[in-house]
Amino acid sequence: MSPKTLYDKIWDAHVAHEAEDGTCLLYIDRHLVHEVTSPQAFEGLRMAGRKVHAPDKTIAVPDHNVPTTLDRANAATMTEDSRIQVEALDKNAKDFGVHYYPVSDIRQGIVHIVGPEQGWTLPGMTVVCGDSHTATHGAFGALAHGIGTSEVEHVLATQTLIQKKSKNMKVEITGKLRPGVTAKDITLSVIGATGTAGGTGYVIEYCGEAIRDLSMEGRMTVCNMAIEGGARAGLIAPDEKTFAYCMGKPHAPKGAQWEAALAWWKTLFSDEDAHWDKVITLKGEDIAPVVTWGTSPEDVLPITATVPSPADFTGGKVGAAERSLEYMGLKPGTPLQDVTIDAVFIGSCTNGRIEDLRAAAAVLKGKKIKDGVRAMVVPGSGLVRAQAEEEGLADIFKEAGFEWRLAGCSMCLAMNPDQLAPGERCASTSNRNFEGRQGYKGRTHLMSPAMAAAAAVTGKLTDVRELM
Amino acid sequence: MDKFEKLTGIAAPMPLVNIDTDMIIPKQFLKTIKRSGLGVNLFDEMRYDRDGKENPDFVLNKPQYREAQIIVAGDNFGCGSSREHAPWAIKDFGISCVISTSFADIFFNNCFKNGILPIVLPKEAVDVLMKDAEKGANARMTVDLPAQTVTTSDGEVFHFEVDSFKKHCLLNGLDDIGLTLEKAASIDAFEAKAAAARPWV
Ligand code: SF4
Repeated sequence: MSPKTLYDKIWDAHVAHEAEDGTCLLYIDRHLVHEVTSPQAFEGLRMAGRKVHAPDKTIAVPDHNVPTTLDRANAATMTEDSRIQVEALDKNAKDFGVHYYPVSDIRQGIVHIVGPEQGWTLPGMTVVCGDSHTATHGAFGALAHGIGTSEVEHVLATQTLIQKKSKNMKVEITGKLRPGVTAKDITLSVIGATGTAGGTGYVIEYCGEAIRDLSMEGRMTVCNMAIEGGARAGLIAPDEKTFAYCMGKPHAPKGAQWEAALAWWKTLFSDEDAHWDKVITLKGEDIAPVVTWGTSPEDVLPITATVPSPADFTGGKVGAAERSLEYMGLKPGTPLQDVTIDAVFIGSCTNGRIEDLRAAAAVLKGKKIKDGVRAMVVPGSGLVRAQAEEEGLADIFKEAGFEWRLAGCSMCLAMNPDQLAPGERCASTSNRNFEGRQGYKGRTHLMSPAMAAAAAVTGKLTDVRELM
Repeated sequence: MDKFEKLTGIAAPMPLVNIDTDMIIPKQFLKTIKRSGLGVNLFDEMRYDRDGKENPDFVLNKPQYREAQIIVAGDNFGCGSSREHAPWAIKDFGISCVISTSFADIFFNNCFKNGILPIVLPKEAVDVLMKDAEKGANARMTVDLPAQTVTTSDGEVFHFEVDSFKKHCLLNGLDDIGLTLEKAASIDAFEAKAAAARPWV
């Protein structure tokens, strides 16, 4: 047999039909659904008199619109259109008999955090969701990507997706990371190196010692932002850490089934001589704690750098940099560490897991946030929140002056009331710094949870290593 | 998906070029839970004033065009964003055919997914059809997909081209889901095989 990549192996195991032109029906093992991109898809099923093909493989949870304030049980905290979208999901989940975690359930949270936490996401699976950050699940060695509303309906009705195969790209991070450098710094640095279109047409497999060394949480952070690099999906081969994470999760296999699953999962790696269409290598030691300065996730610089000048760029990037700097209100040559911030957001499917909260709390312990800074922690799920309370992290956040919120997407996309005011500058652990992403005219700097915590303490973009 | 075979109906003239998806359905209507029901907001900003009152000068508000099933439009119809809400709104209003010299690519494809036939014709033909549409409710145009013709109320016939696969889907009301369901046997066979190989999934 010819050598295969991990992507090849998962792909081959899921082709239900292949047409002569290479168009395939890819069978979908897990379909995650949230309230914003699914209502029309469910309505389409109703209008055509169709059922959900595999309700048992379909998991729904509201996350994008839900308020994260403590009083959210009170429906009046939601705007009407948001409430209607959430209620539609309630009804659709019930009518079509899919698994559902309503707002009132402690297991509710961001769809990409709930999936792994509940053991829905397992190695070797195909996972889709009407959300681009579905790539997160690739951390388990699952082929996972975002789809549009028509495709959501297609998967609901047929449990397959019409697909053509992507190319294989290997991103290797060699060696060890330096202190203060995290998974977020890896993933941002990769995007900084390849650009937001660098992964277009590819499925990326992340590998190398620095990736192996990451926890499952860290690996999810890395894969989460594969989409910001333009890739269709990001993957990491499953290993003992992956298996240990999955073991005992509510929907993970048990007993003999676990053994059978494990035997297959252990074959899920890229063969030695597998063909790669593109290879990128970064040295772990070269990666610094980074922040974004502009309005594209590729606008990444080490925290010790200065704001760039449009003259540093060529071609179309010159104009883009001018526009970014204007929007961000930054002057070329300013040390990034002199940039003051107004708000701090710790959360999202990129960095809303327990390890992220631990990293932020470690920086905040015994400290207070800078006067005038508005800071919030939005745990990625109700269970992350409960665990953080148990570990005493919640107290650290609260004592430092952070708001301690309920689970949801919150200020990652500002579809609920958690928004920046025009001109407000935010140190954020989320994944997109587009214009207006966190609120009209809001300014976003992406960074790791530890860096965001450091910024909260000093009121400026800060090198976390100085607080360690 | 609705089939499209043959349609005889009123055509609304919209000689504007570059009618974009923002005009077709403004962004405030995207936070909806429905694909249907968008028809009342079709061309919202041109159709209503700020208080929600109908603008009597807008073509679809005129008595003779309220029941239009066809739009004859200026160049480059449907440019802008990829929102599927645009064809949803058009279809929901009751229009299932748009004729122009050119369409934006994504919108063009979205139409076929939603039972709408977009027809591309040369400028001279569109000019004739525009004039015919301007005659109002008494001038009914006929669009015949099997024959690939548009016939004016005066009996003038224009032949149009359409991708044979897309034509097949539209004639049979097959959307992607319909087509995939034709392969249901393959899916079932795969499912059985996968369930044996990976029963934990
Ligand atoms: S946290 Fe942000 S990126 Fe993640 S699913 Fe929610 S809105 Fe999307």
